[in-house]
This record gives sequence, C-alpha cells and structure tokens, in this order.
Amino acid sequence: MKTIVKHRLFWPSASLLALIVINTIARGSFVKITVRDGELYGALIDILRNSAPLMLVALGMTIVIATRGIDLSVGAIMAVSGAVSLQIIAGSDEPDNIGVVATAVLAALGVSLVLGAWNGFLVSVVGIQPIIATLVLMLAGRGVALLITGGFITTVNSEPYEFIATGYLLLLPFAFVLAMVIVAVVGFVERRSALGVLTEAVGINPEASRLAGVRSRGIVWGAYIVSGVLAGIAGILYSSNIRAADANAAGLLIELYAILAVVLGGTSLMGGKFSIAGTVIGVLIIQTLESTILFLGVPSAQSPVFFALVVVIVVLIQSPRVHTWGRKLFGGSRSRDSSKPSSDVEVAA
Amino acid sequence: MTTLDIAPAPERPSLASRYNTFMSRHASLMPTFAAIAILIVIFVGAQIYFGNFVTPRNISSLLLDNAYLLILAVGMTFVIITGGIDLAVGSVMAFTGIWLASLLAGGTPAVIAIPVIVLGGAVIGLLIGVLVQYFDVQPFIASLAGLFLARGLAYVVSLSSIKVENEAVLWLQSTRWHLGSWYITPTGVLALSVVAIGALVMHFTRFGRTIYAIGGNEQSARLMGLNIARTKVAVYVISGVCAGLAGLVLTAYSGAGYPRNGIGTELDAIAAVVIGGTLLTGGRGYVLGSMVGVFVYGTINTVISFMGAEQSWTRIIVGFLLLVFIVVQRAIVARAERRG
Repeated sequence: MKTIVKHRLFWPSASLLALIVINTIARGSFVKITVRDGELYGALIDILRNSAPLMLVALGMTIVIATRGIDLSVGAIMAVSGAVSLQIIAGSDEPDNIGVVATAVLAALGVSLVLGAWNGFLVSVVGIQPIIATLVLMLAGRGVALLITGGFITTVNSEPYEFIATGYLLLLPFAFVLAMVIVAVVGFVERRSALGVLTEAVGINPEASRLAGVRSRGIVWGAYIVSGVLAGIAGILYSSNIRAADANAAGLLIELYAILAVVLGGTSLMGGKFSIAGTVIGVLIIQTLESTILFLGVPSAQSPVFFALVVVIVVLIQSPRVHTWGRKLFGGSRSRDSSKPSSDVEVAA
Repeated sequence: MTTLDIAPAPERPSLASRYNTFMSRHASLMPTFAAIAILIVIFVGAQIYFGNFVTPRNISSLLLDNAYLLILAVGMTFVIITGGIDLAVGSVMAFTGIWLASLLAGGTPAVIAIPVIVLGGAVIGLLIGVLVQYFDVQPFIASLAGLFLARGLAYVVSLSSIKVENEAVLWLQSTRWHLGSWYITPTGVLALSVVAIGALVMHFTRFGRTIYAIGGNEQSARLMGLNIARTKVAVYVISGVCAGLAGLVLTAYSGAGYPRNGIGTELDAIAAVVIGGTLLTGGRGYVLGSMVGVFVYGTINTVISFMGAEQSWTRIIVGFLLLVFIVVQRAIVARAERRG
C-alpha cells in the first residue's frame, strides 16, 4: 500500500479518478458511452477528443521543461501553423483533394519546425533564458499569423481536413488516436533509448552533463524543435475542428494550461526528471475539470478561477514548508532534520 | 589601449579614455541609452518620412494612450529587478477595471470605489508575493495562478462590458490641461507621478537599494542582514497596486470596464521594461528606462497607424526589438562575467 501511495503518479491518478467519480455521482450519464455506426459517443469520449491539442502541446512542454527550459511560444506556433495550412487549402482550386490537404499539413509542420528550431537556437546557441527567448516568438508569432491570413479569419470547407479533428478511427476519435500514437512514439524514443536519461541529465545539471560528454546543446535544441512541431500539429487539429484559422484565438493561453498539465503530472519546473504518463493524466484532469465546471453551469469564461485554485493547491502540496508542517502534524520523529530547507527563510524573516 | 592609458597627462584625460571610463563605470546604463537612441531614431525617421510626426499633439497623445502601460511597467520594473516576474498584471488590470465600473454602476461613490479596487490589486499581489517568498513557488508559476484568478474574477464581476457614467472617473480622461498646443490629462499626470515615485523609491531609499541587492545576489543580500522576505513580498504588492491603478486609468480611458481587456498586456509590459534596459536576471535596471521602453512601444504603434499598415506589425517589430535587446544584454552580462 505504501509503495502505491509513494508512486509519483499516485496523486495525479487519484485526483483524476476522484473527478470522474464526483461527476458520475452528480450525473449518471457522465460515464455512459454509446456506440452509433461504429463510433463511440459520450461525455468521456468528448473529453478525450477535446484533449488532443493540449495533449500534444503539453507533451512538447514536458520535454522542454525536462531540459530546465520553458516554451511560451506554443500558442503562437499553433496560430501560425493553422494559418499556413488553411491559407494553402483556401488558395487551391480543389480543397477536397487529399494531395492538397497533405501539402498544406506538411507545409504547416515545416513552418512549425523552423519556428521551434529558432527557439532552440536562441536558447542553446545564443544562451538566452528560455522564458525570454520564447517570449519573442510569443509576441511576434501571432503578428505573423495575422499577416498570413491578411487579418481575416480564413475559413474552408475541406472534408479530408475536417476528418483530422472530427473523424473516427477504430471506434475512437481520430484526433485522440493521433495524439496517443504521437505520445507513444515520443515516450518510446525517450524511454527505450538513452535520450530520456540524457535529457534528464541536462535538466538536472547542464554543466556536469556537458563535462560528462553529453551533447547538451543538441539535446536542448532538439527539445524545442519537438515542442514546435507538436504545437504545429495541435494548431492543425484546432483549425480543423473550427474549420477556420483564427490568428487571435488559436491556442490562446494554451501555454499556461500546458505548463499546468505538466506540473499536475508531477514533473518539476526545475527540470530533470519528467513523466510523460503524468503529463497525459494532467491533461485529462484539466479537460475533465473544464467539463465539470461547464456542467456546474459556471460560464466557461469564469473557469480560470477554479484553475487558479488548482494551481495554488498543487504548488502548496509541492512546497517544502508545507511538507515540514505536515510532518510536524503527523509524527514528530523525522521533523528535526527535515525542517532544514525552510531555515534560510526564517533567517530572513 | 596601453598607449591611451599612458599618454594623456594625469589631470587631463583624453576624450577617448574618459569615454572608456564612463562606459565601464556605467555599463548598466548602456541598454537604456540604446533605448533612448532608438526612440530618437524613430522620431527623426518618422518626422522625415511623414513630415508632421513630431508635433506637440502627437507626443501628448503618446502619453495619454500609453498611461496604463506606463503604470504597469513601473510595477513590473520593481519585480524584475528583484529577479522575479509578474505575469498577472494584465489580468489584474482587467479585473480592477471591470470591478470599478461595476461598483460605480451600483452607485458606490468614486472616493470609495477607487481605493477599494487598488486594494484589490494589492491583495492579489500579496498572494503572489507570499507564494513566492514563503512557499518557494517560482515567480512564474505563482503569478500564473494570479493571472488565472484575476481573469476569472473579471468574468465573475461581469461577462460583458459595463459603461462608466461617473463624472469623477470620466474627468480623469476628458480634462485637458493645455500649455500651448501641448496638453496633459489627469491620467497622464497620474502615470508620470507613479514613474517619479517609483524612480525616487528605487534610488533614494533603503528599500530601493535592498531591491537592487536582492536582484544582484540574494544570498549576499541575506548575509548582509537585509530584510529579504519583506522586500520580496512588497515588490509583488507594488506591482499589484500599479495594476490596480492601471485598471482605473484604462477604465477612464475607454469609458467602460471590459473583462477581456489586457489579454497579453503583461507581455507588452515585460517587453517595454526589457527594451528600457532592465536585465531580466535582476539586479540592473531603471524605472526611467522602463518609461523610455513604453514610449518606444507607443511610438512604434503610432508610426504603424500613421502608415496605415496592419496593426499586427507592431507585435512583430516589438518582438524583434525585444530580441535585439536581450542579445545586447546577453553580451553585456557575458563581458561582465569575463571581467569578474
């Protein structure tokens, strides 16, 4: 029992389960899943489908945070990627042609890759703090997306493109299947090769890992490229879902939700150890919470108040001072040596 | 270099060596000088291009249009010099702004409503500061919680915009004190006073010196016996108060409170502060520099609307300027580290 509680995914999974149970008690239809024409429907399936863009962005964010970085530009990259692909489809004569859609998607991914590489260049080669380096693109990116769409909201009617967000594959929403396949691929590459360990090494101590012969520059650069490409895919999903490229609204605040998902999943913002499974659970918690808030009849615009509470609770649980209080309350024997972390604060106060 | 050091007579150093001494002593002023130079270049360039750009009317409206950003940038400068960051200011501005409009619409007199909303901003700042200082939360995450909280509260107050009909608040905006063809509004006076108070506090008080010391090296500041905890919480409260005042100014400026105001304004404020020469790693920077940064931002905006170009270019150009400045700062820091 103790090993289960100690497991790093215990608290995230428990919170997700608790959320689902509360929802089920409040409305029985929450867990009901129906099959219609070989496609699954239900509140849970909606959560899975809607979680796809955030899942991809949070996956990239996990890798970047593991290298002790942060990527604020993901929302802007989503906007650019959606703008590029829709502009190509809208400009072609036959928007239903699979070849046109494939070209558009590939072009969007190419642009996202370049933007990710740009972030990585600033961080790993020029040596700028990640927050600031990606802030540049966060500011400028939306401007670029607006220029691409000419300041308008480009809309298209293209069946193959719409399939990406609304289609079904093997009973499940295609968007969710796509996100899960990508999560599996990235997880496989990180955990079944040395890459994951090297990434953690760079995040824990960049200087030591460099001295140990790890090519930290390449690893950090790669992390931002991965984050950029994943944000690009998320941008395609978003624009496909609303059938429009909205440069102002696409991916707005998603960087913050993605960071929240990563933190909820148990990955520390200080870099180092990361958990992709944790991030997946974090994303599902956010999406379920969003759905719960909507169900409670709270206007979705007011939902940030709840997320603020969640952030505060999560950071308090992680804080050393609260750990000390907890130990003082539930057993005094270990409290002496563990009160050390907060001693410097007391000196200051 | 060596010849320069030896050649001039001791009591009369040459201009070049004087320049070198000045530069090495005031290396931290360099980025601010660069910002002033850029501002002048933009002014001169726009004057040549348009012919009627640098007019009293235009420059007066520059202050009027950017008063809220100026106030936010002052608060942000305090936070960034301690080495922190405050992402919440844009949302806090929206929240206090709509709250003010709602209080006034409900019949609360302005003399009560205005202190209440400024206090509201201070409380959110206090929350962020306590999380940062006492619970070891990174400023980025703590202020992120503040951002979500304030944005949500803005929508809790009202989902749609509320018109302001209170005369005292509208007076702040509509009054124009003229001097020739120059004019200034009470909001402009308020913004300039915030800048003046900020600059005075920063350079002539123990509190201000503690802020620089924390940003320079928190560990050393602590060993010197400076009051770190109180100062670090205070800068976030100051930033919250500034965001509250910005909410007042913005509501007066637009004549209404709107819960969607100020999305992304925190980034504009950070960009203005950085362009004004404040180092994001903390320890170096000037409130007056941030004012220059805000004017650079505002002038680029004006130039683009003069040209009739897409407003999206503003963000691209500001993003590019931000990049140039952080690369320059990076070079300065690298040089300082080599010397140290």
